[in-house]
Amino acid sequence: MIPPTRWLPMPVLSLLLLIVWLLLQQSIALGQWILGGALAIVIPVVCRPFWERQPTIKRPWKLIVYILRALKDIVVANLQVSKLILDPRGRMRPAFVEYPLTLKENFPITILASTITLTPGTVSAHLRLDGRTLLIHALDVADIDNLVDEIHQRYERPLMEIFES
Amino acid sequence: MLDSILEGVIAFMLVAGGAFAFIGSLGLTHLKDFYMRLHGPSKTTTLGVGCTLIGSLIYFSLREGPVVQEFLITIFAFITTPVSAHMLAKSALHHKLEPDPRTRGRPMELENERPKHTIEEAPQGKSPLP
Repeated sequence: MIPPTRWLPMPVLSLLLLIVWLLLQQSIALGQWILGGALAIVIPVVCRPFWERQPTIKRPWKLIVYILRALKDIVVANLQVSKLILDPRGRMRPAFVEYPLTLKENFPITILASTITLTPGTVSAHLRLDGRTLLIHALDVADIDNLVDEIHQRYERPLMEIFES
Repeated sequence: MLDSILEGVIAFMLVAGGAFAFIGSLGLTHLKDFYMRLHGPSKTTTLGVGCTLIGSLIYFSLREGPVVQEFLITIFAFITTPVSAHMLAKSALHHKLEPDPRTRGRPMELENERPKHTIEEAPQGKSPLP
């Protein structure tokens, strides 16, 4: 990782801003580089106070695997939810599930909560203030323990490998 | 040949996008309680938007050279939707909206910490607002 300096407190964010700027402008003219570069320096410096410490990504390739798996799960989840919505008998087994978190840092927890919302029949509803349990609402769940186990195996463990261990 | 295959892909993406957006909206009107209704827009409609944008991405890339804005919009949509769904669910819990009676599990956020005043119990002659 690039070490942060005084003028580049968040180097990854700066790089990302520059790339997004160039992509949005669809141009790699010198002027766009200068403008994008200026924004990439000014924006992180200005919004620095609102940010928490940037987490370090220990294993970037695993993050790519994770994103691809999440995309696949999003498609599967949508087919499932569509089936549930269109099913005229409306056999749903909604439940609130309390998910015990083992992740500790805020950013990985955010990613986990977002993934849970986008994937199979679950919406993350509330993160308790102590940061230890995540309240999930599930649309159709047969076995609550099974669901908790699946989320742990499928999403939380890879995230732990990416960010923490 | 390649063009007609790509046109087929574009058409499929647009139809799939429309279908997903429709099903999501159907879920929004038909499901039983707030928490269940949240599932439709947060998942299905997002994928609907994603499919439509990918179709548009392929179409305009074929006609006017590579475009990436649609790709960025898709990524931003997928990043922001879970956050708004989470905030909606959180505010519903805060207002202690009753879930459907079939819902299993009752989070402690839904329990009343203090008994709510009903209209009869409200102190007489005083406005409930300070």
